[in-house]
Amino acid sequence: MKVKVISRSTDEFTRERSQDLQRVFRNFDPKLRPQEKAVEYVRALNAAKLEKIFARPFIGAMDGHIDAISCMAKNPNFLKGIFSGSMDGDIRLWDIASRKTVCQFPGHQGAVRGLTASTDGSTLISCGTDCTVRIWSVPVAATLESDHASNKPIEANAVYVGKNAYWAVDHQWGGDLFATTGARVEIWNHNRSQPVNTFEWGTDTVISVRFNPGEPNLLATSASDRSIALYDLRMSTPARKLIMQTRTNSIAWNPMEPLNFTTANEDCSCYSYDARKLDEAKCVHKDHVSAVQEIYNLVYPYFSMDIDYSPTGREFVTGSYDRTVRIFPYNGGHSREIYHTKRMQRVFCVKFSSDASYIISGSDDTNLRLWKAKASEQMGVLLPREQKKHEYQEAVKNRYKHLPEVKRIVRHRHLPRPIYKAKELRRMVIDAEKKKEERRKAHSTPGSIVTESVRKRRIIREVE
Amino acid sequence: MGLEEETGGSAKDVPPTEQELSAEFDTTLQKYLRGEGADLEALKDKKLKGQLTVREKLYGNSAKAAAKFEKWLMPSEGGYLEAEGIEKTWRIKQDQITREVDILSSRNQYDIVLKDLGPYTLDFTPSGRYMATAGRKGHVAIVDMKSMELIREMQVKETVRDIVFLHNETFFAVAQKKYPYIYNRDGIELHCLKEHGAVSRLQFLKNHFLLATVNKFGQLRYQDVTTGEMIGNFRTGLGRTETMQVNPFNGVIAVGHSGGTVSMWKPTSAAPLVKMLCHHGPISALAFHPNGQLMATCGREKKIKIWDLRKFEVVQTIPGHHAKTLDFSQKGLLAAGTGSYAQVLGDFSGSQNYSRYMGHSIAKGYQIGKVSFRPYEDVLVMGHSMGWSSILIPGSGEPNFDTWVANPFETSKQRREKEIHTLLDKLPPETIMLDPSKIGTVRPYKKREKPTKEEMEAEKEAAVEAVKDIALKKKTKGRNKTSKRVMKRKVLIDKAKKPFIEKEMQEAGKLAGKRKLGEETELPASLKRFVRKKAAV
Repeated sequence: MKVKVISRSTDEFTRERSQDLQRVFRNFDPKLRPQEKAVEYVRALNAAKLEKIFARPFIGAMDGHIDAISCMAKNPNFLKGIFSGSMDGDIRLWDIASRKTVCQFPGHQGAVRGLTASTDGSTLISCGTDCTVRIWSVPVAATLESDHASNKPIEANAVYVGKNAYWAVDHQWGGDLFATTGARVEIWNHNRSQPVNTFEWGTDTVISVRFNPGEPNLLATSASDRSIALYDLRMSTPARKLIMQTRTNSIAWNPMEPLNFTTANEDCSCYSYDARKLDEAKCVHKDHVSAVQEIYNLVYPYFSMDIDYSPTGREFVTGSYDRTVRIFPYNGGHSREIYHTKRMQRVFCVKFSSDASYIISGSDDTNLRLWKAKASEQMGVLLPREQKKHEYQEAVKNRYKHLPEVKRIVRHRHLPRPIYKAKELRRMVIDAEKKKEERRKAHSTPGSIVTESVRKRRIIREVE
Repeated sequence: MGLEEETGGSAKDVPPTEQELSAEFDTTLQKYLRGEGADLEALKDKKLKGQLTVREKLYGNSAKAAAKFEKWLMPSEGGYLEAEGIEKTWRIKQDQITREVDILSSRNQYDIVLKDLGPYTLDFTPSGRYMATAGRKGHVAIVDMKSMELIREMQVKETVRDIVFLHNETFFAVAQKKYPYIYNRDGIELHCLKEHGAVSRLQFLKNHFLLATVNKFGQLRYQDVTTGEMIGNFRTGLGRTETMQVNPFNGVIAVGHSGGTVSMWKPTSAAPLVKMLCHHGPISALAFHPNGQLMATCGREKKIKIWDLRKFEVVQTIPGHHAKTLDFSQKGLLAAGTGSYAQVLGDFSGSQNYSRYMGHSIAKGYQIGKVSFRPYEDVLVMGHSMGWSSILIPGSGEPNFDTWVANPFETSKQRREKEIHTLLDKLPPETIMLDPSKIGTVRPYKKREKPTKEEMEAEKEAAVEAVKDIALKKKTKGRNKTSKRVMKRKVLIDKAKKPFIEKEMQEAGKLAGKRKLGEETELPASLKRFVRKKAAV
């Protein structure tokens, strides 16, 4: 007869010395784990609750400006620094870690409308309503050590005066050209005091401009005549134009998919487009509402003001006139997160930090605010075990987040009362319109009333 | 580390073919995939389809990794017993096995004789390391099975009917003469569970931290041992009960009654989930297979029946056994204890056909009270009227344990951490259901039908019960007369019943209306002209 019995010697299964790690043996057989789904569900519920407990996104405010902040710029070379310009012409460089001003760039007489830094981080370009474009050199020593943080004023390198007020400026990625907009789109070189090239299409002011991160010669602008135009620097004429029903306030290109860009529109939604196919939006992101209850005519006066993509390309942040900052996924219709404070008034500009962990918002109440991109994230260096645990909790919560108990906890956000009421009102209005549309369709010959898809609805036409 | 005799078995030495290997790999892969993949063809939403395809691929990868791990990286191999020539495995005796096996394993075969203190019942911790035994006359002992060390021994001076460990070896519950008690590992009495009364059987649901008790009249009670709350208290209503077992797969308690029925209960409903008529006589023993699909029952008419729990049908009937106790091992071997003979049956063809595997008879006159396989070991321990015996059953235990599930080599620090983690993962009692994989799935859309009569009755009763629990305000100054309180309660109950009675009357009215029409049509033709015709509706 052949016989063998399980026999485990203690030496093989326990550690030799107390300095050794304990031995771990695994058997992944599901029959050793009865009711594993229920256990996972309980863990998902606990993970959702813990996430809400640790959700403290607001880190701090940066105080110093004496007028509303109109624009911000990231420094591509220096992670800790951010430039901000205000409505009274004050430009400051902030150290985010200590939340203090490193240096100031005085000089503008009116509001600073646009700020941008060159790709090597050594030059800052600003433009304002006083019809000037100013070029500054960023002091390298001061950016590296902010210990001797003094509000040292810095002289401008160059001042270029133009004919009309400038509305926005953006620097080319990897090149040395920058574009300003105002009455028309002008392309400048650092050294020349006159624009190298000018584009004009239509007679309205162009209010924002963005260069494409992947294709350095491509740029997108938006104008007051409700259009979005794409320009190619190699051609002397503008490439394409898209006319919408409402004005676009800001554009941001997706850094990971450079052919896609997202626009912040005045009708409380953001539209994502593929630059090759402008006749239809790729995605419509709707969550901003109006902040005040009013009887609407046709023009919704409250809208997103600024938009910025995360360096991962997976989400973008918008700051809105309704005093909130929202984070949207790049392909999702609804925001995953909303940040608001009682003291934060109209948000005029937002930026995602270059390490995708923080969001900086500049608002009407002269403060820059620093927020976490993931509200319950533990900042600082995490042990590998902690990281694994966080990842596991995230994964198990995502697996069960559609179940009612977990969904209720995950979706819950405290909204300020005006926004809550405005959201309900908007919901009612939209539902009523939808119902009416359905009834019209039901009572007319089939096929006579055609509903346009949401992605096309707001586009009037595309022009070559 | 077993000895193998030299054989000329050439069939064993040829390596299995590639096809066999891949077929084996596929079966283990199926096990880790845990069911079918989602049908993505039926989806119209492209975005969702893309996301789900990625996820399905990840599942496939992780299942493959687990299957490969099982094949190559498991430290221990299972035990086996193979007879050669005309030898039959069930004729092999324990001393023959003990001679062939190493010293450490042979020490697992012993008999402990304790003559005075009554038939012994026993229970193991999930890791198989500690055993709690109790003799009927009050002898309670906790033994460390690895070192055969007696951790704690005490005499509670009362009849003891059952003993069970709670979540680890530091707590155990003893069903004594009047009430069940919970003790510490040091023998300190922690709780006296007076609400339960005199119980005959105890079972502990590990994932839910519920202690289930049943007394001989069929009263089933569930108590949460972490908060002390009584979760359920049910009258089974099916007569005298002698056996109770928990199904480890889904946490359902099965109770065997004297009428031959087995009823299955969950703590959140007052009616049993399932009532099965299993035997012609009283149920004498019950056992569940660890995969949750098989149940073995034995009745007094000397038959063991193996049931498939998905279809609730008999898979196999094994005649000739009057087993007082049944137990399944981790690998699916079934042990039946009858009188002084313990029979072990095994399913070797894989088709749920149990046949004799091994047997062992203890000294004549000793009656086996309980058989229990030791987890993660190839050992069967039998508690009998004169103590307990332990025998070797090769191939009954799971050779590879998982440290995070049950660790026979647990240190006290690991035990404390595990306790905390299992408390954090404690399942609410609502998760006990017949099919535990239903959690997280979408309930199929059912068209709302009119509630049947039984449902309406149930709703009415539920409403009345709810009203009965309302506490009435205590009035002072002579206004708190008993008659007035009774009247008020009656009024409340009538109010609760009113909507249901109105519905019933409406239904009755409709029926009466229908009947009237029927009567009209039954009149002979000559009289029809005299019937008042109703206006067309």
